[in-house]
Amino acid sequence: MDKTIVKVGLASCGVAAGAVPIYETLRKVLEGRSDVELKKVGCIGLCYMEPIVEVERNGVSIAYGKVDSDVAKRIVSEHVDQGKILEENLILNPEGFACENVRIDKQVRIVLRNSGVIDPEKIDEYLARDGYRALEKALAMKEPDLIEEVTKSGLRGRGGAGFPTGVKWKLARQSQSDKKYFVCNADEGDPGAFMDRSVLESDPHSVLEGMAIGGYAIGADEGIIYCRAEYPLAIKHLNVALEQARERGFLGKNILGTSFSFDIHIKEGAGAFVCGEETAMIASIEGKRGMPRPRPPFPAQSGVFGKPTNINNVETIANIPWIILNGADAFAAMGVGRSRGTKVFALAGKIKKGGLAEVAMGMPLREVIFDVAGGIADDKKFKAVQLGGPSGGCLPESLLDTPVDYESINATGAIMGSGGMVVMDETTCIVDVAKFFLSFVQKESCGKCPFCRIGTKRMLEILERISNGQGKMEDLDLLQELALQVKEGSLCGLGQTAPNPVLTTLKYFRDEYEAHIRDKKCPAKVCTKLIHYVIDPQKCIGCTKCARNCPVSAITGEVKKAHMIHDDICIRCGLCRKVCPVQAISVE
Amino acid sequence: MSPVAQKGLDSLEAKLEPIVTRYRGKKGVAIPLLADIQKTVGYIAEEAVDYVARELDLPAAELFGVATFYAMFRMRPEGKHVVRLCRGTACHVQGSARIGEQLQRHLGVSEGETTSDGVFSLQYVACLGCCSLAPVMMVDGEVHGRLTPEKAVDVLESYRTRD
Repeated sequence: MDKTIVKVGLASCGVAAGAVPIYETLRKVLEGRSDVELKKVGCIGLCYMEPIVEVERNGVSIAYGKVDSDVAKRIVSEHVDQGKILEENLILNPEGFACENVRIDKQVRIVLRNSGVIDPEKIDEYLARDGYRALEKALAMKEPDLIEEVTKSGLRGRGGAGFPTGVKWKLARQSQSDKKYFVCNADEGDPGAFMDRSVLESDPHSVLEGMAIGGYAIGADEGIIYCRAEYPLAIKHLNVALEQARERGFLGKNILGTSFSFDIHIKEGAGAFVCGEETAMIASIEGKRGMPRPRPPFPAQSGVFGKPTNINNVETIANIPWIILNGADAFAAMGVGRSRGTKVFALAGKIKKGGLAEVAMGMPLREVIFDVAGGIADDKKFKAVQLGGPSGGCLPESLLDTPVDYESINATGAIMGSGGMVVMDETTCIVDVAKFFLSFVQKESCGKCPFCRIGTKRMLEILERISNGQGKMEDLDLLQELALQVKEGSLCGLGQTAPNPVLTTLKYFRDEYEAHIRDKKCPAKVCTKLIHYVIDPQKCIGCTKCARNCPVSAITGEVKKAHMIHDDICIRCGLCRKVCPVQAISVE
Repeated sequence: MSPVAQKGLDSLEAKLEPIVTRYRGKKGVAIPLLADIQKTVGYIAEEAVDYVARELDLPAAELFGVATFYAMFRMRPEGKHVVRLCRGTACHVQGSARIGEQLQRHLGVSEGETTSDGVFSLQYVACLGCCSLAPVMMVDGEVHGRLTPEKAVDVLESYRTRD
């Protein structure tokens, strides 16, 4: 019989859900056993089920979710030792039905091909899955042919803008210089997107290999990974991978015996959303304030320290080895229109199954949200899906048949962005969401362009007024006008897209704005200035629980008699409603 | 300068000496340089920046410009435990604003402040990338997910008792 492999997902989500003690439990239980191998792997994308333990035997994998230390012990004593499946924690079982089979079947895994499968800290496991074979193949090709292959695949920038990757490489190749840089944009700043983190944590070599191929194609000898400091585990795994790749001769001088030399180092970001913009990132790499500058010159002509520079995002780069190895045609065979291949989406918000999913371009939003992400949590009503982070937009139910491809999504006023998909239900207030995004971009604006710096501030003030019940109907026109001016008057992507959440919500959810202004009501009951907590005296049993829990002593009443909330003291924290044993408290 | 203050400055310079050596003659190093100062001193202390700028022949204003641009750099000392509450989109729609209010009330500080006993610093951050466990917060590098206002307070208190 083959060795049994027990895998524990130890990417950030797993760790946050408590996977480290599970791994320790298994390590102790399995100590000294030669028939079982315990393995640390990355993320398979089923984050809502973490901690996840997978048992692989004779090529068949069975996965368990929400594992605690008791279940972990039983996985060994029952499944590993007796071949008995633990039905109640089962999430993936290729031989039968399990809750996650559908979700995995709907996916096509290119970027996530190794995530959750291999130990990210062991290069041999990457090599065993054709790792660095694409680099070998690429180095045997002529550079223009290599670039042509990438162009033919139809791969476009996965960071948001969707610029054709092959064209970008060609421009960088054409620039004459003694020095060029190949930069990986790992400054995943869009709140709600976490696919780059997951790839870096779970499969760092695919990024290093893609960068080496790109470096060869454009004629660079230095690679830089600009990574968010908020991702310590990604940085740790990258450093391990860099060390191993150098040891094996995949990075460094004369790679694989050729004349091509290329090495990569990491630049840690210091927390500035605007640094995701190419020219701001270049300034930050140079050690300056991360402020964008006008283009041209484009980075392909003058980038890091004035040298030609190519910048691609993590997901884009992770596609490269697969494309080179399997051919441009295989990649281009997936997708629709001018959007080829797959896209990884980060599913979050009010859905049943949060996590990562990689699907072929062109899948309708409805299928992603209701099949892959399992639909709305607690069976509430779908209200909106927010695509593309602070640069994107909120789309309503009527647009759920939109296919996920660059052009179709742009046509709605949202953007594909980096692939963050935050789903909202009837309890989410649209005005509050618009306010949330605007306060984000207002804080993150670098301050260079007055329209972005002051315009977003004024827009935020208007939104605050509306959610406080002091809005006027003219405010909506003013918001629209300001939004268009900010878009036009800003230099970089941050300012040009900052008004998108406001514009799309005004377009698709105008009635909610009007309810706040005209009726002084927040339909989702979120905006604190427009809601009141009240106790139903008929239902209240006078148990005093609410009064004891109220953080500001806003509730009074005698034991066994109906209590009362003093509206002027109440801070609308909602704690009383949560602790009430008889549901006597409602929001109006 | 009083002898005590002078002595403090001397020991600060001794602590910063390895940093000066590490970055001497290198270009584009402001961010890692400041990060090292923060690691060594605990925050971006004015006298530390002045000293390093002088030694490396860099304009101090340039270093302060960089330090105040990025969210990671702190111009004041931090508490013993740093609480980073995620205010990303997914966390927002799952109620992280309420958690923030509860933590502020519980600790008696506003966002960006440190408790008077120096135990906790409360910070709001953009996104920790653990969106499917929302709402989340990070305490000293450990991520805690699926929070409620009450659970968040319990988590903080568990750090106090750990000491």
